Amino acid sequence: MLASFATLLVFQCLGEGITFALKLPIPGPVVGMLLLFFSLVAYPPLLEKVEATASELLRHLSLLFVPAGVGIVAAAGQVKGHWITVILAVAVSTLLTLAVTATVTRAVMNWQKRREALLGKPDEGKEDDHA
Amino acid sequence: MRELPPFGLIWVYLSASPLLGLTLTLCAYVVAYWIYARCKFSPLANPVAIAIALVSTVLLISGMPYSEYFAGAQFVHFLLGPATVALAIPLARQLPRLRRSFLPLLCGLLAGSATAIVSAVTLTVLLGGSYQLAVSIGPKSATTPIAMGVAEKLGGLPALTAVLVISTGIFGAIAARFLFNRMRIDSAEVRGFALGVTSHGIGTARAFQVSPEMGAFAGLGMGLNGVLTAFLAPWLIPVFAGLLAR
Repeated sequence: MLASFATLLVFQCLGEGITFALKLPIPGPVVGMLLLFFSLVAYPPLLEKVEATASELLRHLSLLFVPAGVGIVAAAGQVKGHWITVILAVAVSTLLTLAVTATVTRAVMNWQKRREALLGKPDEGKEDDHA
Repeated sequence: MRELPPFGLIWVYLSASPLLGLTLTLCAYVVAYWIYARCKFSPLANPVAIAIALVSTVLLISGMPYSEYFAGAQFVHFLLGPATVALAIPLARQLPRLRRSFLPLLCGLLAGSATAIVSAVTLTVLLGGSYQLAVSIGPKSATTPIAMGVAEKLGGLPALTAVLVISTGIFGAIAARFLFNRMRIDSAEVRGFALGVTSHGIGTARAFQVSPEMGAFAGLGMGLNGVLTAFLAPWLIPVFAGLLAR
């Protein structure tokens, strides 16, 4: 548990360092996530070592957003007079984003399936499932 | 018998240390999660929303400033970093399915990311919001640190962006099930991915509570949209906000 938490922190440090050195507009933890992902792909045994701690951390992911969310107490003054604008913009844009992402993803998935059926190409995924 | 100091004084004493903010956060979340479980994990009883409401109420009643609360709560906030890194694990578990769905996910990501930014900016300006408000709201589907960075660079209000990002997360996590059922989208891959792209970590947290598979794809959507928003938003937002403001 301790070693795997240390692993997560090491990857976060690497990510933060790279972001700073290359002046990337992406936060360090996201770079750390990508680095860990490629390390896991390159060296699968690492997966077993970090999995338990990671699942524990991700199970309570919701909790970690509470401190920033309470910032609404401090930020409320900045929205004065624009509450309706903000609420409508957030709500409508969120629904649109959900719908567009899901529709496009599903449409391309269906197109891919139809094309594979047409070309009679074996489904790549099937090999993975048997492996 | 010695007289005890009044409750107010004890509160002031405790407020001075980070202990109170931390305790408050954890207790509020325990209560919120209990309510969530009692509601049979209905998306309507979102635990993040309930916990935020509970803590905010305590702060407003006690008059404790946010900065003082955050001095304690930052220990919880800090864990967001390692938790983001940890998202690589469920992702690596889904690698075979990821390979198969690479093209559909990429197309969905591009469409969703652009929709999030353009629709938020357009709506804000059309509804009479200022340029500063539009810039603060534009990156709202990206994960908190990315969105705050983008807003700051473009002249928005980062603290406001953080709140809007979290509102987007909560609203998406609540609405997704009803919307997807209505649209007859039943693949866990598609549902998870769209929720992650739209509602970042809070959507991902909700997706993990539904199934590990949905969670993995949500985590992927969140990570990818964070990166894409960091690149798209800085030029999409000024273009749309500038065009419409005229």
